[in-house]
Amino acid sequence: MSTKKNILVVDDDIDFLDQIALTMKADGYNVTTAQGQEEAEDAMLTAIPDLAILDLMMENMDSGFVLCHHIKKIYPATPVIILTAVEAETGMDFKARCSEAASWVKADAMMHKPVLPEQLRSEVRRLLRA
Amino acid sequence: MNLPKEQQLDLLIVDDEAGMRTGAERSLEGFSVTLPDFNETVTFTVRSTGTGEEALAALKAKTPDIILLDYKLPDMTGIDVLEAAPEPRDFLTIMITAFASLEVAVTATKRGAFDFLAKPFTPEELRATVQKAARSIYLHRKARRLEEEKKQVRFEFISVLAHELKSPLAAVEGYMHLMKERMKGPELAAYDSMVERSVVRIGGMRKLVMDLLDLTRLESGKKKRALEPVDLVKAAGLALEAAAQMAARKKVTLELKAPPELLMTADPGEVDMIFSNLLTNAVKYNKDGGKAVLELERRDGGAVLVRCSDTGIGMTETELAKLFGEFVRMKNEHTRSIDGSGLGLSILKKVVKLYGGEVRVKSAYGEGSSFELTLKDAKVSMAGAEPALKA
Repeated sequence: MSTKKNILVVDDDIDFLDQIALTMKADGYNVTTAQGQEEAEDAMLTAIPDLAILDLMMENMDSGFVLCHHIKKIYPATPVIILTAVEAETGMDFKARCSEAASWVKADAMMHKPVLPEQLRSEVRRLLRA
Repeated sequence: MNLPKEQQLDLLIVDDEAGMRTGAERSLEGFSVTLPDFNETVTFTVRSTGTGEEALAALKAKTPDIILLDYKLPDMTGIDVLEAAPEPRDFLTIMITAFASLEVAVTATKRGAFDFLAKPFTPEELRATVQKAARSIYLHRKARRLEEEKKQVRFEFISVLAHELKSPLAAVEGYMHLMKERMKGPELAAYDSMVERSVVRIGGMRKLVMDLLDLTRLESGKKKRALEPVDLVKAAGLALEAAAQMAARKKVTLELKAPPELLMTADPGEVDMIFSNLLTNAVKYNKDGGKAVLELERRDGGAVLVRCSDTGIGMTETELAKLFGEFVRMKNEHTRSIDGSGLGLSILKKVVKLYGGEVRVKSAYGEGSSFELTLKDAKVSMAGAEPALKA
């Protein structure tokens, strides 16, 4: 039997965290959740993530980006999905910030909240196959 | 002290008399205007032309800050120049006219002329007019900058607000999707927690909308106030009762330390807002089995000191510095399950200000926080008081 893949989910919204965890567990993954950057930094040392799903708007505007950068530094092969809730319609220069940051944080995918479970599933499958 | 910064304004002189042009150029050479309010000194670079066509070409080449424009030009009138001037026409016009006719003045003003100089004028008159124009330009620029800053602050507020409203929506939507997919099987009871969480999030959203309305009303000054003698001790007692259930859930003991009665001129709704705000925070950010004390005490001069201290989770220096920002909710391992709109303290601060006070906070991480404020009698508005005085 193959070992289960580990997914690290980081978001400051507990409901969102529960929902993603539930969806991912249903697909047969192991899920580690963290509610902030610091907690995630600790968590990823004990359970090596095969994939990480990060929210952008945590305690600080950029903690998602910073965290992504750290994950990639320690585990270069781990794909990272960044979720953003702030969109162009209200998001100030956020969109520009996102694409600019995307180039240096090297996230493998950027998705907008709310994310449909099906969308997230296929994205996770795609990144874990690669 | 900072040395005044030197700024240059571009000035264009349009007059068909060569003598007038050189005279004006010379009068403005080395002329500077000091603007103490802006800590700036303004000097002028002067360009000059003799015909309407040349003036239009000069305007096209570079929009000046000020234009000194003769009404009577060989090929057209000064008004024609203004009408044909290329956009953006954000320069200040000073019309030069030999015959200070009312008609010219009216038309020129309609075209946006700022001032007039009647020929012949002395170098002093010219400088005084130019100085007035320079001041006006700076005042306008400053006003525009302030307006833009205000817009930016508003925009940021709305962006964060949108985010705060979208988060609960996204959470509820997420649960709906999971329920639709029957993620937890066919048993309805398996979804109870999802329904429960959705209700909580919607409740939080409603609270945010209500708080936002309160805040907006306070900021606009449109809130109707019903000022009357209010017994603060009684009001505090009621707020304590209202918070009792919430406190019981966290096993937090509430205590009121106050004299038997403290009368003050106030709006009962506002007083309740103050006490409820203090108490809910003292309970929410407390430890299980903690304690919250609300103290009221009359100070010399009639002001009332309100202090609400708790044995809660407290705040670090960094958290304390961010505390009064809008939508700021302290996020750490102790606070993550605490709901709130993030507007409570903004509201508290604004209400307390209506009573001539401000909110002071002391806090020690892990030990507790203490909020202190002084309230003075609310001032009955002068508009309402005047007729009574006259009568």
